[in-house]
Amino acid sequence: MDQPPLVEAKALARSFGARRAVDGVDVALAPGECLALFGPNGAGKTTLLRLLAGLLSPTAGTAAIGSVPLPGPSARGRIGLVSHRSMLYDALTARENVTFAARLHGLTDVDGAVQRALEALRVADRADVAVRALSRGLQQRVAIARAIVHAPDVLLADEPYTGLDEQGGAALTSLLLERRAAGAALVVVTHHLQEGLALASHAAVMRAGRFVRFDRADGLDAVRYAADYREMVA
Amino acid sequence: MSAPAASVPGIFGAAWVIARKDLAIEFRTRSAFLSALVLSLISIVIFFFAWDPTAVGAVDLAPGVLWVTFTFSGLLGMHRSFGVESHDRAMDALLVAPVAREAIFLGKGFANLVFVVGVQAIALPAVALFYNLPVGGAFLGLAGVMLLAAIGLTCVGTLFAGMTANTRMAELLLPVLALPFFVPVVMPAATITARLLAGRPLEESMAWLRLLLAFDLVFVWACTLAFPFTLED
Repeated sequence: MDQPPLVEAKALARSFGARRAVDGVDVALAPGECLALFGPNGAGKTTLLRLLAGLLSPTAGTAAIGSVPLPGPSARGRIGLVSHRSMLYDALTARENVTFAARLHGLTDVDGAVQRALEALRVADRADVAVRALSRGLQQRVAIARAIVHAPDVLLADEPYTGLDEQGGAALTSLLLERRAAGAALVVVTHHLQEGLALASHAAVMRAGRFVRFDRADGLDAVRYAADYREMVA
Repeated sequence: MSAPAASVPGIFGAAWVIARKDLAIEFRTRSAFLSALVLSLISIVIFFFAWDPTAVGAVDLAPGVLWVTFTFSGLLGMHRSFGVESHDRAMDALLVAPVAREAIFLGKGFANLVFVVGVQAIALPAVALFYNLPVGGAFLGLAGVMLLAAIGLTCVGTLFAGMTANTRMAELLLPVLALPFFVPVVMPAATITARLLAGRPLEESMAWLRLLLAFDLVFVWACTLAFPFTLED
């Protein structure tokens, strides 16, 4: 890694009562790098993502975005967050939801940025429909459009492919690769090893709050990795 | 997609964006407003039928009816204001945005203020109609007192609604926590209302008015500063 890290966590830990959900994790991602995060349910992946988004305060360790410590507003402004929950207002239309996010980020050309984000996710034709009237897959596309409307430097995605059909999945993959090429750092939590490995520059397996395996993704044999993964989480 | 030009809004700019969003949702669904309105009208009707006009004069009873109605119907809207954020965890997106936590409080507080004033605007004429109150001459004074009290009520209510939003018993906890803090606002407001409805001049209630104003200032300041801590996980 030649460039300074865009996402950096040192000895990051978070406990809920006696349980350590994240237990001393170190992450450093340079611009253009993508970490695919695998692990069984309850391994601490979502908690790690919430720590990196500044939504949870760590019980130990530090996290920073481009050397700016979280959860300060200037660090948060560089983050786009996709969760397995849509984080949308169901009474508002898709366009209104994305516009709200664009305004909070202070974009100057709100309408243009919103239209581009909706088009990138191929949901522009349903932009003026209330979110509650959209299918789960379309809601997920709108949620991703909301997360990327400000072209974030860091995209944190928790199971972003949930509910997406083939077309939506392809749009998302192309968007994530485009963001990587533009120099964004990505952390993608997924249960689909092949999908994750295809996107990633690094892959990690998390279990009981720790990274139990961390590799460079290029050159990894997906079949062998899948076999090893099954053994690790068994 | 290249990074678009941006200038992150200040506290008041962000608060306005959030308030507009909350008002748009309420305007679209009208769920909290209609509930609050129905609660207000039912309260007014129940008090009316429980009232013995030969024992208590309308002017003596009406201030109590008004402020009980405003207090409880206002709580409905304040609870709802964070309910929309809990659904599908929209609050997370708000918290990741590069805006000050205080802006979230001010935005939601302003939307709640509009809500409470809207309920007051309908409940006051309803009470005047039921109890045949001489509101005409006291209208401006009453409107001012109601607005000042609404500011204090929405500050406290918004703070506690934010604090209880993610608890399992939010609907129960909100009134239990907020009502004791409503007392310093409702007490002077009800006293001034009673005097105005009795035909006495506003000048006679200046001490109560100053007390109401002081509590407003304290609550706006203290609740704005305290709100970010309610968002701590």
